[in-house]
Amino acid sequence: MAMRKAKLAVWKFASCDGCQLSLLDCEDELLAVAGAVDMAHFPEATSAQVKGPYDLSLVEGSITTPHDAARIHQVRRASQTLITIGACATAGGIQALRNFRNVREFLGIVYAHPEYIETLSLSTPISTHVLVDFELRGCPINKHQLLDVIAAFLHKRKPVTPAHSVCLECKRRGSVCVMVAHGLPCLGPVTHAGCGAICPAYQRGCYACFGPMESPNAPALADWLMSHGAGDSAIVRAFRTYNAYTESFRKESEAHER
Amino acid sequence: MSGRTIKVDYLSRVEGEGSLFVRIKDEQVVDAQFKIFEPPRFFEAFLRGRHFTEAPDITARICGICPVAYQMSAVHAMEDACGVKVEGPLRELRRLLYCGEWIESHVLHISMLHAPDFLGYPDAIRMAADHPEAVQRALTLKKIGNEIVTVLGGREIHPINVKVGGFHRAPRARELAPLSERLKWGLDAALETVRWTAALEIPDFSGDYEFVALRHSDEYPFNEGKLVSDRGLDIPSREYDHHFVEEHVERTHALHSIRMGGGAYMVGPLARYALNFDRLSPVAQEAARAAGLGPICRNPFRSIIVRAVETVYACDEALRIIGDYEPPPSPAIAVPPRAGTGYACTEAPRGMLYHRYRIDGSGIIRDAKIVPPTAQNQKQIEDDLRRLVQGRLELPQDQLTRQCEQAIRNYDPCISCATHFLRLTIERL
Ligand code: SF4
Ligand code: SF4
Repeated sequence: MAMRKAKLAVWKFASCDGCQLSLLDCEDELLAVAGAVDMAHFPEATSAQVKGPYDLSLVEGSITTPHDAARIHQVRRASQTLITIGACATAGGIQALRNFRNVREFLGIVYAHPEYIETLSLSTPISTHVLVDFELRGCPINKHQLLDVIAAFLHKRKPVTPAHSVCLECKRRGSVCVMVAHGLPCLGPVTHAGCGAICPAYQRGCYACFGPMESPNAPALADWLMSHGAGDSAIVRAFRTYNAYTESFRKESEAHER
Repeated sequence: MSGRTIKVDYLSRVEGEGSLFVRIKDEQVVDAQFKIFEPPRFFEAFLRGRHFTEAPDITARICGICPVAYQMSAVHAMEDACGVKVEGPLRELRRLLYCGEWIESHVLHISMLHAPDFLGYPDAIRMAADHPEAVQRALTLKKIGNEIVTVLGGREIHPINVKVGGFHRAPRARELAPLSERLKWGLDAALETVRWTAALEIPDFSGDYEFVALRHSDEYPFNEGKLVSDRGLDIPSREYDHHFVEEHVERTHALHSIRMGGGAYMVGPLARYALNFDRLSPVAQEAARAAGLGPICRNPFRSIIVRAVETVYACDEALRIIGDYEPPPSPAIAVPPRAGTGYACTEAPRGMLYHRYRIDGSGIIRDAKIVPPTAQNQKQIEDDLRRLVQGRLELPQDQLTRQCEQAIRNYDPCISCATHFLRLTIERL
């Protein structure tokens, strides 16, 4: 008897579409993935729609509107397993920069008629609203990690996504440390592994697009940055990028805000 | 017949989320709305207060499908503000990076978003069952575009290597060389794609568009050129705001870009092609002729062929750049900040993209304006829908709906790029 294929759904909230695009960027594996699961709801890729419930939901984007705050509960109810993909869904994303400011002021800058816009004052990760089974980090996610997560789900094992820092990947890659060798600011020591330490290999410091590692020592890194000439405002900016609303990065940026 | 309505709540195979609404009364289309309901993400607001060197990384996050376009417009606008010009091998590398994005984005659009419409499939994956060669060819070709972006940019989505003044690290010649072999195959595959798209059944429909695109003295445009139209526009990018305005349309709560004193206009492949046919390389021109395209094409459904022709050009141009490549003496030139305003238009795969930044003497951004291609095409898309439906009232509802969706996909609406152009009304479920 043929096994029933797992039903996969991909959902989008406030985001750039880059993380779900990672799936279409798996050129070599796409047809195999499509053969292994039933792409039941994936509007960017298909106009076919299969009704829920879904075995696996991949959720991209953060919650920024009252409508989406309600919609995520429907998605959760329709999903057996729910995995967030990317910094927006996992940490609130770059749009969480509003969380440090008055959203009314932002509306006034961008829109001539702010009264038409319905938006929340915070951009929050999916886990603020519903139970999340697994969070995949990165802005954008690493497509090989995504494939591993899907495979892990299909085989009922745990995904292999180590919680250590980018520094370890950087050493493994054999890159020269841009901090030690060139005195460049690098957020690698506090950043979650996953990208393969791309930036140091291209001779620039990591800017933390994978967000904080498990138990990062952000104050120590900020001290180093200070001692190498960074002022408070540069440190605030360094921690306020794509994962600004995670606890450790938020605290560190606030500590340097005057 | 009295009235009927075409309503598509979630448009599929577009990037981001939008809907379509057409109302017909007494055999007249009384309303056509292409709506965008992306939540606002406030890029132009939070760019204020950031350092000008951060703009390429930050603006890349506006769109995961064409991040390079945002990076290129941002770095050129910043260099414009600081009075610096990037020339030589660094300029060539930027063209090469754009070739990579054009290839991957055009092929994604042609084969995965648009072709299924013409052949009657819900998606490329189901299309692959009957057209395995075409889909496999597309996947391999798309991958070559992604490889260029990865080698030069570090990764295909949100590349990390682009910098105001150049790159963080310039590639060695031997890093680029292996791409040449792949691109030779890619050029053939792109030519085959032109033939494949030309054989599709194309709806008979055309429009009297005003085409707007960059035009350069001797290149097919990516990053530089005057902003021209076929109705006499001929200006530098810095004059964009004097000629284009975003108009508030109460009915849809949308902002539509229009030409001041004019109306809708079209940016994107058809516009670039019509205004720059003579700048295409011979092999691309030849492919276009063989596909039955004249030097101007006014049928938006044939944009799928024009995209394939531009893919041929991008492969050809990438081969040229790699063949001539001499690594630059330094991966970037110094760009010291100075107070001022910088402007840049570049050609994203989906059309011209405008950035404007005001920075202060220490390089902090004080003001930002970004107008993505879809904002500029939005009014044109609605005009197309209105005319399309009006001419096909006799079609059954489902066919008409499908043609409307297909017409929107002609433009490749990249809705996730919603920066400031929409008045958002949230639809209640
Ligand atoms: S370059 Fe950055 S990521 Fe690599 S070892 Fe040094 S601090 Fe860590
Ligand atoms: S910013 Fe850091 S985490 Fe992101 S790609 Fe660069 S090295 Fe990796």
